Amino acid sequence: MHQLTVAQIAQGLREKQFSSVEITQHYLNRIAAKDDTLRAFITVCPERALAQAAAADARLASGNAAPLTGIPIAHKDIFCTKGVKTTCASKMLDNFIAPYDATVVENLDRAGTVMLGKTNMDEFAMGSSNETSFYGTPRNPWDLDRVAGGSSGGSAAAVAAQLAPIASGTDTGGSIRQPASLCGLSGIKPTYGRVSRWGMIAFASSLDQAGVIARNAEDAALMLQDMASHDLKDSTNSDHPIDDFSAKLNQSLQGVRIGIPKQYFGTGLDSQTGDAVHGALEQYRAMGAELIEIDLPHTDLAVPAYYVIAPAEASANLSRFDGVRYGHRCDNPSDLMDLYMRSRAEGFGDEVKRRIMVGTYALSAGYYDAYFRKAQQVRRLISQDFQHAFSTVDFIAGPTCPQPAFKLGEKTSDPVAMYLEDIYTIPVSLAGLPAMSIPCGSSHGLPVGLQLIGRHFDEAGVLQLAHQYQLATDWHSRTPAGLE
Amino acid sequence: MSWETVIGLEVHVQLATQSKIFSGSSTAFGAEPNTQASAVDLALPGTLPVPNAKAFEYAVMFGLAVHAEIGTTSHFERKNYFYPDLPKGYQTTQLEQPIVGPGYVDINLSNGTSKRIRIHHAHLEEDAGKSLHEDFHGMSGIDLNRAGTPLIEIVSEPDMSSAEEAVAFAKQLHAIVTSLGICDGEMAQGSMRFDVNISVRRPGEPLGTRTETKNLNSFRFMEEAIKLEVERQIDVLEDGGKIIQETRLYNGDTKKARAMRSKEEANDYRYFPCPDLLPVILDESFVARVRQNIPELPDQRAARFVNDYQLSDYDAGILAADRHLSAYFEAAATKGQAKLCANWIMGDIAASLNTHDITIQACPVSPAQLAGLVARIADDTISNKQAKQVFELLWSEGGNADDIIEKHGMKQVSDTAALAQIVEQVLASKPQEVANYVAAEESKRKKMMGAFMGPIMQATKGQANPGMVNQILAQKLNALLK
Repeated sequence: MHQLTVAQIAQGLREKQFSSVEITQHYLNRIAAKDDTLRAFITVCPERALAQAAAADARLASGNAAPLTGIPIAHKDIFCTKGVKTTCASKMLDNFIAPYDATVVENLDRAGTVMLGKTNMDEFAMGSSNETSFYGTPRNPWDLDRVAGGSSGGSAAAVAAQLAPIASGTDTGGSIRQPASLCGLSGIKPTYGRVSRWGMIAFASSLDQAGVIARNAEDAALMLQDMASHDLKDSTNSDHPIDDFSAKLNQSLQGVRIGIPKQYFGTGLDSQTGDAVHGALEQYRAMGAELIEIDLPHTDLAVPAYYVIAPAEASANLSRFDGVRYGHRCDNPSDLMDLYMRSRAEGFGDEVKRRIMVGTYALSAGYYDAYFRKAQQVRRLISQDFQHAFSTVDFIAGPTCPQPAFKLGEKTSDPVAMYLEDIYTIPVSLAGLPAMSIPCGSSHGLPVGLQLIGRHFDEAGVLQLAHQYQLATDWHSRTPAGLE
Repeated sequence: MSWETVIGLEVHVQLATQSKIFSGSSTAFGAEPNTQASAVDLALPGTLPVPNAKAFEYAVMFGLAVHAEIGTTSHFERKNYFYPDLPKGYQTTQLEQPIVGPGYVDINLSNGTSKRIRIHHAHLEEDAGKSLHEDFHGMSGIDLNRAGTPLIEIVSEPDMSSAEEAVAFAKQLHAIVTSLGICDGEMAQGSMRFDVNISVRRPGEPLGTRTETKNLNSFRFMEEAIKLEVERQIDVLEDGGKIIQETRLYNGDTKKARAMRSKEEANDYRYFPCPDLLPVILDESFVARVRQNIPELPDQRAARFVNDYQLSDYDAGILAADRHLSAYFEAAATKGQAKLCANWIMGDIAASLNTHDITIQACPVSPAQLAGLVARIADDTISNKQAKQVFELLWSEGGNADDIIEKHGMKQVSDTAALAQIVEQVLASKPQEVANYVAAEESKRKKMMGAFMGPIMQATKGQANPGMVNQILAQKLNALLK
């Protein structure tokens, strides 16, 4: 049952092959059996899930079910869930229960999905390996010594290990695409502003965007459809019309122009990864697409600019965690300064502290112009690079990551090496574009991801590109060994 | 050698919107602590701000009222600092592109001149909560009801050179924002708060080092604090010392000020554009619509009072400064009696309101009741003294002036024949005093007339028209001299 895709589960529920309660119980059993090793979940909520499943079954029986009614899903533990602990994988929020649902959660609840639990992540979404979590590091189901990526590592590990058929994630600089790539999954980060950020704990507000980690593009389209909404509670949420993301899935790619940025195939790219990506591009050519080399000249500046902008925003976003109103508070504070300093010193992990310090520095008097303002200028140049490229191509494609999954501990002592993990995903985030990673081959026996980038609000096009590839290939249906 | 004082003001004005600037919580004053604080106001994780359009409308109204440029594009910055009553750890405010650009206000001074005070800009921002340091056994209580209340911060140029000018400017701003209806003007509740930047210098020299006295919430405290600080700075400089740039607090009870923090200790606020809010673009039609809906401003109203009611500039200015007082005046004033109404409002009514510590809106004597009273004064039915008695009864018991006059038999006797008779009776009963009067020197006679006034008023139970009695008495006595 756990090998089914979301579309297949939806069909099975309608054909009464199984009930939502049955499939939910099946996944809960798998989580109970396997998650001690995988650490994909921070919180599992069996009772709540079974109650939701029972309600979904009733709705299915009554005939007014939505496409996702009764589908078990997992939510990244960055989305606030009313009555269920929301930690952001931080000791700071180990005791935090939100009195409201994130809009994403609310939308998917309304669709009738069943929340199995909340998935592990890097602390406050800061990391590319999930090693900064307060709750341990999720393992890559393809090789348990390797990381699942980050920051949505728990969502990726859960879907890859078939502990959930699909999961939500968030992406600030690559946090959906990179773990999807490392775990052989299809992960989409929509256009900035497509999905509401209300109730999604902020890392870097101008970059954060919710999306989906799925087994394939078809499932991703289904879930994204219900995630996206026009939400007045998020001022940065776009009022751009919401497409039918599945509408174009089966359209041919004949004549589609795909840009190949030369900067995405330079030094630092693992050769087998490069080969796999080139192979996928040839497949697109065979399907009728035109491949055009393009120039994104400011690509090199993206990581440095991102590591000024994102920490700067984070330094302010995380100021609210002060031990005063909720979250971790140190024991017996002697005065206000002691309360602040010890609550934050105890509540935050090293990477979070590092980014708060970097961000505070970049915004400080005398450094603002040299760092923050300059980074904003670079961000504009990067956006212009893409804008220029999209005047001659319809999509851009390249590797998602420079290499496949690395070993736990391999990069923890070298933050910059870790930051370079997102070298191909960060420019896209800075430009606010929709992008997806889909499996397209292997390197050293591990999955390789192909990144597909579209114009603003062309999620339907990106999903079409992904689905057409998946109709012609089977990388997306390969699963790690030992899942039975 | 003399000193020149240079003063600039930063004025925080709480906007009278129903809900907060970035959340739907109520802004009403005086609720139980933390009952008007939503998840957004508490800065729970994942919450986001949504701007309140009304706050923008009010800010634009202010801008138009002070002849300012309106920023068609404005955006918000985060001002970062830690304090328990600042839940997000930053205040959402405007720095680089405020909604209201340069403008000005004209103030009237007691010497009859007026002066133009330039406004540098005014920006929108959110208020913080309140820290309560008493009654918590050595701990502090936090009330976040005020957190997120919309403010405009008005920043003046350093154009004022005395406490009088600063207070006049502050009062003029108060009159403007209350007339616009964008602020309730309740200073004691913190609806308007003043930060005063003060420096002194020798004439012709560059600006001296300034200090900032923060959070003054009455015109009187402001005046006292400025005078005290100017004196302090001059003393320090004349003793050969230097002024340290610092923030000071003035205590209105002890009449003393103290330094709160120096520039070195000041926060680096690390302002940067708030990524949760998009730039706000005001189109011309929005500004035009706001402009159309701007009510009459104090200056315009004062000019109209002078013109329509023949009030003096001074009276018109006082009444026009307060829109409730203005409304009361206009409801009470009828043709020919406007001046008398104005005198009553600024005299007995103001005094009684003050004694009972209530505002004009709560005045128990309605404009119609006052008009009824004033009419009887104007037609000589009652004397001023009687009018005061009638007013007191109107205040305490209600009713209307005519009924009170009737009931208490307070009608003034203005019948010449009746009065003449009474005067003659009194003169007849006091032959010795009359003889003394006739014998007295010319210069002393006028004073001696008083001896007859008392008995006459007594004989009429105080209802004689004093002017007429005077006239008849003088006539009769003078007749005896011939």
